[in-house]
Order: sequence, then structure tokens, then C-alpha cells
Amino acid sequence: MTTPNLTDAGPRSASTPVGDVVLRVRGLQKYFPIQSSFLRRTIGQVKAVENIDLDVHAGETVGLVGESGCGKSTTGRTMLRLLDPTGGTIEIDGRDVTKLSMRQMVPVRRSAQMIFQDPYSSLNPRHTIGKIISSPWEVQGVNPEGGVKKSVQELMARVGLNPEHYNRFPAEFSGGQRQRIGIARALALRPKLIVCDEPVSALDVSIQAQVLNLLEDLQNEFNLAYVFIAHDLSVVRHIADRIAVMYLGRVMEITDSDSLYRSPRHPYTKALLSAIPLPHPSMRGQRERIVLTGDLPSPSNPPSGCVFRTRCWKAQERCATEIPPLSEISPGTSVACHFPEPAKEPVSFTPPQA
Amino acid sequence: MLGFVVKRLGAMVVMLVGLSITVFLLFSVLPADPARLTCGKSCTPDVVQANRVRLGLDKPLTEQYTTYVKGIFAGRTYNEGQGVAEIDCPAPCLGYSFSQQKPVTELITEAVPVTMWLALGSFVLWMAIGVTGGVIASLNRGRWLDVALQSTALVLYSLPTFFVGLIMLIVVIVQFGLLPYPDYYPPTQDFPKFFDTMLLPWLTIATASAAFYVRLTRTQMVETLGEDYIRTARAKGLTERAVTVKHALRAGLTPIVTAAGLDLGLLLGGAIIVEQIFNLPGVGRLAVGSVIDSDLPVITGVTLVAATFIIIANFVVDLLYMVIDPRVRLS
Amino acid sequence: MTAQSTGPATAAGTTKRAFLELDDLKVSFQTEDGVVRAVDGVSFALERGRTMAIVGESGSGKSVTSQAIMGLHSRRAAKITGHAWVDGVDIVTAPDAELRALRGQRMAMIFQDPLSSLHPFYTVGKQLVEAVQAHGEVPKAEARRRAVSMLDRVGIPNAARRVDDYPHSFSGGMRQRAMIAMALINNPALLIADEPTTALDVTVQAQILELIRELQAEYNMAIVLITHDLGVVAESADDVTVMYGGRVVERGGVDEIFSRPSMPYTWGLMSSVPDMEADRGKRLEPIPGQPPSLINLPKGCVFRPRCAYAQHVPDGRCDTERPDLTPVDDGHDARCFLTLDQKRTLAVKATGTEEVA
Repeated sequence: MTTPNLTDAGPRSASTPVGDVVLRVRGLQKYFPIQSSFLRRTIGQVKAVENIDLDVHAGETVGLVGESGCGKSTTGRTMLRLLDPTGGTIEIDGRDVTKLSMRQMVPVRRSAQMIFQDPYSSLNPRHTIGKIISSPWEVQGVNPEGGVKKSVQELMARVGLNPEHYNRFPAEFSGGQRQRIGIARALALRPKLIVCDEPVSALDVSIQAQVLNLLEDLQNEFNLAYVFIAHDLSVVRHIADRIAVMYLGRVMEITDSDSLYRSPRHPYTKALLSAIPLPHPSMRGQRERIVLTGDLPSPSNPPSGCVFRTRCWKAQERCATEIPPLSEISPGTSVACHFPEPAKEPVSFTPPQA
Repeated sequence: MLGFVVKRLGAMVVMLVGLSITVFLLFSVLPADPARLTCGKSCTPDVVQANRVRLGLDKPLTEQYTTYVKGIFAGRTYNEGQGVAEIDCPAPCLGYSFSQQKPVTELITEAVPVTMWLALGSFVLWMAIGVTGGVIASLNRGRWLDVALQSTALVLYSLPTFFVGLIMLIVVIVQFGLLPYPDYYPPTQDFPKFFDTMLLPWLTIATASAAFYVRLTRTQMVETLGEDYIRTARAKGLTERAVTVKHALRAGLTPIVTAAGLDLGLLLGGAIIVEQIFNLPGVGRLAVGSVIDSDLPVITGVTLVAATFIIIANFVVDLLYMVIDPRVRLS
Repeated sequence: MTAQSTGPATAAGTTKRAFLELDDLKVSFQTEDGVVRAVDGVSFALERGRTMAIVGESGSGKSVTSQAIMGLHSRRAAKITGHAWVDGVDIVTAPDAELRALRGQRMAMIFQDPLSSLHPFYTVGKQLVEAVQAHGEVPKAEARRRAVSMLDRVGIPNAARRVDDYPHSFSGGMRQRAMIAMALINNPALLIADEPTTALDVTVQAQILELIRELQAEYNMAIVLITHDLGVVAESADDVTVMYGGRVVERGGVDEIFSRPSMPYTWGLMSSVPDMEADRGKRLEPIPGQPPSLINLPKGCVFRPRCAYAQHVPDGRCDTERPDLTPVDDGHDARCFLTLDQKRTLAVKATGTEEVA
């Protein structure tokens, strides 16, 4: 299996510092067994994640996008060993964590944290905010400088919560505030990497913008790396430096945000982008909309060759027999397609037009 | 779906075997000596010993158990070739009661119909009252009718059965003579009399159970009435009646059916207090009598039969799940 | 008392009412904490063949409004005043039997989550048949035939076979198609779509919006489209009503609203959404703070506590006085004290919109 070279992140906006690799994933696989109802025999596998390679650098945001069932959340969870990978390797902050036991993972969690979609169900309703935010210190046996209470209150202030609400319970907060609590908890150990799983999907648009801005500010302040998982393409485009588009557990295309939106190379990416609602009513009828026919195939029985071919308007015989490898077709842009779309603009990197 | 049924059936058989072993072991470690209980006060140790050998109680436990199980399927003969009068116990033989001089199976088959009529009658009564009351309460949530139904249910639920039974007996029969004195008449023999004598036992059992089902149904209905598909049903222009019964009640049925099936199974194993109060020769009274007499074969038999009812009820409830919820059928 | 309640059509003094017309519709709920004024005086008019989008965030009153039009609020729990005329019938005062006859027949509704909105224990076909039979003596075979052809019309492949499937064996997009089939099976004149694509993926969303547009043309339906997504509005609406804190804060034609938004809340909504066309490095401008409690609304303008432009209005009027809906342009009203000029210039700054001539 040839691995395309993604280590070199390729073009990125000049403002993004290229830091050390904080997460390196090679050939990541996660299969879930399908068991028969009778005798619980394994009769098949759902290939939720198949052969993912990814490097995430300090200070960088990598977006994972795709529709429901594409495996983006499973990928996020497996990368942090919240799920055990079926194959491949995971390095967090330079340490191979693929085979570590849950106990051995504890110190690793100092450098890698997670934020979830539903801010409510991920907070224990019986614990005060103070206890929730300080729980990572307790688990790690860390005594923060200046005492737990003072440090928690500093964190609360930093994420835009009133530090006086230290003793309140999650139920007393709104959705946006709960997400801030989740962020404060993730920040407590000063991690290098945060995997954000649909962090703003459940929030109203005005609150969503507040949280996105907060995440950006924290990234600049602490040089955080984010893996940002979302189905909302405009949000991902806004926050991510590079974006990986997933379909049926595989990465179809990975490139920097601007190139992806300006010139999608994989047919699936193109279809996905064309489905985004228009920003202005005056543009009605101006956009060529690619309507994907049919439903997502079952991940337990994916199509042969290219998994997208059953819904692809460009599919040919070769697509059914040969799996297209994810290969770099221009600097920083890798596509898993036998017949990628031509680049719209010169392949050489141009700064985003104002 | 068929796999599910087969699996459950298999589980049921395993449970029954395990159950019979447990019951058998339990009663053989009891301090009571079954051989000693086979003859009266003037028993000599010689006779006891002789009886022990005759009953096979001197054999190892495993052999006793196989004999017992064999008896259930093929029947057995006591005193065979012992020079005493042979006692035939045809299959399914659950043992022989020496104190009552009858096979246990015969005693139980006499008692089961009584308990069955008692259980079925009260079951119909409490389900009808309980579910209707619960639905009415949920539709009037927060209003006086709801509060009245709920508090009545709470009061009735907290009254012990023997209290309700005795009060009914004293007031209805003794004081006012509205119904005949309690006794058992098979329905095939004299239906009006059967009905008159069963009415109070039915009501007694139904009181507490109906109260429980009012509360259970109300909780279920309140939950399902808040579901999105109820809003859809209303948006379709269905009548409130169709929304309530076909959509809300149907969706909230699963826990009600579960509880009802298990309650019925439990009740078929004997309603000890009510059968005592109303003089009904059912399984419950048989159990009490056999415990008082230390009639071990009967105790063992009744325990096995009662537990079997519960296991069967469990199985039926599982099957009903599939009828109610198509998601269970397909997964 | 302010005279903000007159709807566009009645204001003209004509007796002819629009197909759907809301006039000063108010819905409040009595709770333990106090009276929740969920909808506080909404008026608009909508003709057949047109789509009205009601835009707002959670708690803005948009869903409560839509359910009031369908007459879905229990009269016991909700206090409803004002008028909501559907084809000449006032939903607010109509007797239950008349409402029931209208629902599912003249007006129908689809919801955000098609899985939870379909009954899990009945097949899709049975639920469609039920919708047919609720409005007339139709033989079962005939109702079933109509169910199959409607499922086929909304694009469910193999409709004749899938009609006997349960909702959970459908995909998300197919479920919403089935919901649409159920809503439209009696050929209603009004469709209320409450966040119909929010739970769906973008590619499916595009298909469903397209389907709704096609069916609208085919059946000449009036559509009330409830959404928080401005992209969906830009795509599908003819008219827009922006709601905040239970009241209409701005309304007008879709081009007007997008080209000349005239209320700081609308600006905030627009600048909160990342713009795909704009420079990626551009920072989002969220609306600060939280939506108001509908029990204790702020004095003065309801949006005042989150508004960044109140200093442009003299004498602190925003703090003391409730602004009325006032005309910005023909058929375009906004509830804001800013002058017309201020609305123009500040809008450009706030949202980067440029006037489209």
C-alpha cells in the first residue's frame, strides 16, 4: 500500500505557523463486527474507518467533513483511543499510543482532549461546574498552581463564563454556555491537540459564531491543534486550514481549505459543495447543482473499487475494479479518484483573493 | 425472527432444567426428613428406614433427581416389588403425597383451574380498570380528575390485600348478605353461583393491581403523548380518540404488557391470601396446606409449577414484544 | 397601545383576505415561573403558490407560530388571541371538528425530525392510508393505491414494495420524503414545513428543497417554511419574516431582506454565518449575549440588550420604548428606531451586503 505523502502539509495560509506534528495517523482502520442475533457469531464487519493517513501540526486545524455515516466521528474517537483501532498506528505528541492500555493512556490524555457535540449529555448533571472543569486534574493527579478553585475560575473567565458561577450545575446554563464548560474542561490540562466533534452543531447561529471565535482565540493563544469534525461545510471552511473529505470511511480528498472550495478535485467534493444552500437569493439558478442519485451504500457491504462509483457521474469500468489510492495530484492536494476534476486555477498556490 | 423464537425457547428449557435442579436440591437439604414424614406419630425407626429404602431416599441425590425427572415424563410406580401395595403415579408424575394419599399431580390439577379462574377474572378486571383509568388521567393531566384518580390509586395501592379482602367479606357478605358465603363452584357446574362467589376475590385482587396499572399507564401515556409522532397524528386530522388509542397507547404498551404478563404468571402460581380468605381450593391454598403439613413432595411440585408459569409468562411477554414493536422483530 | 397589528392586506381596508393571514396572533403559556409570551403579535399574509420563510433562533416563537396556524396547541395549555385565517376560516376560534377537517386536508405539516415524527410501530403505508381515511370514506385498496402513487411521486424508489416497510428501515432522506408524501396525500393548499431539512445532510437537503419547490408548483401550495438557516431562505423563500423574542422584527421580500437588511438582529444573523464566498480569515461577528427570557422581556426594544447600535438612537429610546414595525420600503418593514439612512449605512458595515439595484 503506497502512502501518499501528507506529512508535508503543502500550501497553507501564511498566518498559520507550521509546528511540530502532534498527531500522526497511518493506515488507521476501525471495523465494527456485525453479530447475528443467534449465538452472537460475527457474520460481517462495518468498515467505519478504512486506511486513513493524517498529520496534524501544532497550531493547525484539520477539518473532517462528510455526511452522516461517513465515519468522521469514529475517526475522531479512534484517533484519541476512545475506540480501539482495528489496524494502523496512532502517534500522539511523538509517542506511539496504538497499543497502550487504558491505564497507560492516562498521561497521554494530558496532550490530547476532546469536545463533544451535545454539551449537555457530556457533562455530569450532578457535579458542579467547578468539579467538572477540575476533574482532569484529579484524574491526572495534578495540582494546578495557585490552587484548584483559582485555576478553574481563571479558565472559566478565559472561555467567557462568569467565574462566580463556580458552584452551579450544568442544568443552570444555556447550550452555548455548556459548550464553553466543555471547552474549559478540555483546556484544563493545557493539551496540544483537541478533537472537536461537531462542537457547534447543536447551537443557534448567533451562539455558534461566539463559540467558533472562542476556539480560534484559544488556538492562537495556546498554539492548539484542532481536528474539527463537522457536517456544516461553511463552518469547517471557516475554521480549518486543511480539510479531509470523507465518504464511507475513506478520505476522498484532502487539501487546504481555499483550494477545496475554489477548486474541488474529487467528484464527491464537487457534489457536496454544489449542494450548499445559496448565500443570496439573487444567485438562484446560477449554480450548477449536482444531484447525487441513490442512497449511501451500506458500510458493511461497500462497493468494489472506488466506494463512490455507485453515485458518481464519471464512473467507468476501471472504477469498479481498481481502488483509487489517495495520491497527491498537486502540492498539498491529494485525491482518491481515477478521474479527478481539473484544477480551476493554476496549481501553484495563490493567496486567497480579497 | 424465527431465530429469536428458537433462542428464547432454548433459554426457557435451560431455565426450567436449572429450576428443577435448584428446587430439588433445596428441598433435599432441608432438615425435614421425607422418610420420617411418610408415616404417622407412632412410627418406629425400622418403618422409617424401610420407607426410606422404598422411596429411594437412600440413593445418591443425582439418582433421586433422575428418577424424579423420569417420573415427570414417563410416570413412576412407588413400592414396586416391595411386597407392599404398589402406588401408581402416571406421567407427569411430580411425586406422591403420603399425607394426602394422592399423587402430587392430581392435587395440582385439581387446584390449578380454581386459581386460573381467579387469576383470569381479576386480570381482565384490573387491566380494564387500570388502563382506562390511566388513559383518562393522562388526558386530563393536572386537572382534578387526574389528581382524584391518582390519589385514589395511591390509597388503594397501599391497602394490603388481606385488609381489602376481609373488609369486602365482612361488609358485603356478613353485614348485608348481598352475595353467598364463599365457596368454590366450578363454572361448568353452576355458572351464576361461580360468578357470585368469585366476584369478591376478583375485586380484591383487582383493587391493588388496577391502582398500579392506573399509575403505570398514566406515566406511559404522558410520555408518549409528548412524542413527535403524536403531533404528526394530530396534524393529519385524526380524531383525538384515534390519536390517543391507536398512536399514544399503542406506543406506550410495551411496559404495560411486560408488567401484565409477569403479574399474571405470578398470580397463576397461587394467590395465597385471597384463596385463604375466600375459601378457594386453589394452588395458593394447596401450597399453604402442604407447608403446614410439611408435605415435601407437594411443596416441591407446587414450587415447580408456579415457577414454570412465571417462565412461560416471560416467554410469552418476549413474543408479544415482537408483535408490538416491529423494531424488535427486525433487529 | 400601539397599532402595530394590522396585517398588510387588511391595512388596505379591503375585505378580500389572503389565503393565509395572521393578524396580531398571540400565544402564551402559563407556567410555574410565570406567563411565557411565546408569540406576541405576529401578522402576515401569504397567497397560494408563494413561500413565506419564518426565520429565527430557538425561542423566537417561529415554531409556536406554525403550530398555532395548524391549530395544534391544546386550548387548555395555550392562550391564543388574534386571528389566523386559513382560506377564510379563523383557526383561533374554529370549533375542534372544523379544525380537524382542515388539518391534513386543506393544510398539512412536515417536521424537523422525520424519524421521530413517524410512528415507529406502523408501516409507512399504513400511516399514509390513515391520513387518507381520516378525511373521507375511501376504501382501503383505493387509499393504498394513492399511498403508493404518492410515495412514487416524492421519489421513493420501489414504492409499491417499500410501502410496507417501517420508518426505521428508511434512510433519513427517504423518511422525510415519506413525511412529505403523507402531508400532501390529500392535496392541501397550505404546507407548513418546520425545519424540514435541519436534520438532513446537505446533499439530501438540496434534494428535499428541490422536491418541495416542484410539488409547490404542481399543487399551487402556499408554504410556510420555518428555518434558522439563511441559506435555505435564500434558496426557497419569496417572503421573509424574521422573528425575535416572540415578535416579528423584520419582514419583506426575500431580495429586499438579503440586500437591504434593516434591523440589527437580522444583521447579526447574517454576520454570524461563515460566508463561503468571503475571505476565510475574516472573523465572525456574533450577536453577543443570550436570547431573552420570554417571561421577563426587557423593557424597551426586546433586542436592546444584545444590540450594538443603540447608541445611534437619541434619548435612550431603545431602553424605554418598544419600537413598532415601520416601513423601510414598499412591503418591507423593520422594528427599529434607527433612521432609514442609518439602516442603510450601518447594514453595509455590519453585514458587508451591498445594495442590489
